Amino acid sequence: MTVLLEIDDLRTQFFTSAGTVKAVDGISYTVDEGETVAIVGESGCGKSVSALSVLRLIPEPPGRIVGGSINFSGKNLLELSDNEIRNVRGRDITMVFQEPMTSLNPVLTIERQLTETIMHHLSASLETARGRAVELLELVGISDAEHRLKQYPHHFSGGMRQRVMIAMALSCEPKLIIADEPTTALDVTIQAQILELMKSLTKRLGVALIIITHNLGVVARYADRVNVMYAGKIVESGSAADIYHRARHPYTLGLLQSVPRLDLPRTERLVPIPKQPPDLTRLDDGCAFRPRCRFATERCQTEIPPLELVEEGHHAACWERDAIVEEERMVS
Amino acid sequence: MSAEMVKQETRQRMAQTDTTKPLVEIKNLKKYFPVTEGIVIQKKVADVKAIDDISFKILKGETLGLVGESGCGKTTTGRCILQLERPTSGQIIYDGTDMDTVDRRELNKLRQRIQVIFQDPYSSLNPRMKIGQIISEPMRVHGIEPDPATRNKRVNELLSVCGLSPKMADRYPHEMSGGQRQRIGIARALSLNPEFIVCDEAVSALDVSIQAQVINLLEDLRDEFDLTYLFIAHDLSVVRHLCHRVAVMYLGKLVELAECDELFDNPLNPYTQALLGSVPIPDPEIERQREHRVIQGEVPSPMNPPSGCVFHPRCPKAVDNCKEEIPGLREIKPGHWVACTEV
Repeated sequence: MTVLLEIDDLRTQFFTSAGTVKAVDGISYTVDEGETVAIVGESGCGKSVSALSVLRLIPEPPGRIVGGSINFSGKNLLELSDNEIRNVRGRDITMVFQEPMTSLNPVLTIERQLTETIMHHLSASLETARGRAVELLELVGISDAEHRLKQYPHHFSGGMRQRVMIAMALSCEPKLIIADEPTTALDVTIQAQILELMKSLTKRLGVALIIITHNLGVVARYADRVNVMYAGKIVESGSAADIYHRARHPYTLGLLQSVPRLDLPRTERLVPIPKQPPDLTRLDDGCAFRPRCRFATERCQTEIPPLELVEEGHHAACWERDAIVEEERMVS
Repeated sequence: MSAEMVKQETRQRMAQTDTTKPLVEIKNLKKYFPVTEGIVIQKKVADVKAIDDISFKILKGETLGLVGESGCGKTTTGRCILQLERPTSGQIIYDGTDMDTVDRRELNKLRQRIQVIFQDPYSSLNPRMKIGQIISEPMRVHGIEPDPATRNKRVNELLSVCGLSPKMADRYPHEMSGGQRQRIGIARALSLNPEFIVCDEAVSALDVSIQAQVINLLEDLRDEFDLTYLFIAHDLSVVRHLCHRVAVMYLGKLVELAECDELFDNPLNPYTQALLGSVPIPDPEIERQREHRVIQGEVPSPMNPPSGCVFHPRCPKAVDNCKEEIPGLREIKPGHWVACTEV
């Protein structure tokens, strides 16, 4: 597998009146061609900012990408001029946003919004672009495409709008799609439809996919690799099986334990992660998770644990990762 | 505690609850919202049938889960019980009193016993009021604890019951995180010592680690104050964890109602089965082997619901008869009610 996207030590910060927010604080990961990578974490952990940074969509000011590199098919995206990055956006790398209600323009027809990218990037005529738009809508399972093209976003339901967003993301045959919480606003039965659609289309067309989500359940079925983020850092990364069955970071473990599961017998009480997530303007030299961590020791106060190899392809950033193995052995 | 013991606890609770005397009884409830056309002269052109003839009981001390997808009428049901919405027809009987027939003063008295926790902790707290004022407002409205000192004491008590520091009484909502705000909403709901609380998607807006904290809090409060909950939610795994009985709604109708374990172990309505099948399980091995039966199509418009069984256009088991016959809720097994002619 060839590496398509390589993010190295990416740092994105926001300069606010309350102080500097280190939203993304030195993350590195790669995405292979045709691979599905998930980024999981709770609100405010920097998962969306890390994705927006890839396309340089961080509003500036207050935000700025202060360090690192993003290599995409041999180019460092951070060094491209504004015109050059515009040719990457919507063509090689596209996005599907969370809110299908707000990410489509309510005053333009679906046709106008779908053909715009095709005409811009592929220098196609309106005729060709329209033909392609019909094809795309059929591809994402919208019937009566000719007629639907003339309609406005408010004629579409939430699930249908998300299908339009996916059609738009696929329109210029991209190499990578970044989906930021693509199903969070949708009902479960529609969520299942959309996820199934995204997976089958990306597989068929050989497109790599980054899924950003807060729901560990959503990615268990679809992700080849999972990165877990906490307070701007990747705290654990590995294959889906590594993360779900052999978690080596207390935060990943906490996330897995705090959700009730339909497939397991009911338990009396949930095991939540105590306390609140940290204030990103007030991070110190210790591990950001330590105030909520039951494994925390002296060392965690003063040294930030680096992301280290645990086993082939599985990394975790925790000084006490052996203690977690011990505990798991005791439980089982 | 083992799973078997949890099941047993639920069974015991069900046995203890007096099934003949429900706390809330809903009979043939309908709520239609008119759709009008015209600006000056408004003409009714259609009805949105948000709730279309549902009946169920909420027993004292139980937690009844009400689940369904958006637009199925679960929130409207909650709002009707709270008298925030006037039903088009049907009865809501609270502890023996028909809420439609009582006068204002009596209704106000009843309202003290019924409280609500809303979904969005950001919009359900007034940003200009201090936390202390927010929590004491229900007491002020109902004229309880008029003495400021005792009222403040009560506020502090409520804050600590909900796991917050009494110091927070002087702060404003914007200084709080989502989880803390939801705790404030819970403290406000408890301020009048209610016996029945409608939790309308009370944990849906929270992050998973915080969600678990609030679920545990709701459970503790239920045991401590002997509360009855109507737990409205779309997250089935949370409902299964928290509820004793579960009712499933689809397009304004009740399609299945059973005890929690019975419903999740043995769902009979094809819609309930589809809903359960769509919930992802956080385990790659199970999830990848599991046969995924994604149901096609979307929820039809409640303005123009399908004929017969409202689920038939999406139902994998539909037969010709489903287009005509409207299935009523039948008791298939003791306590297990299903609205489907094919079961």
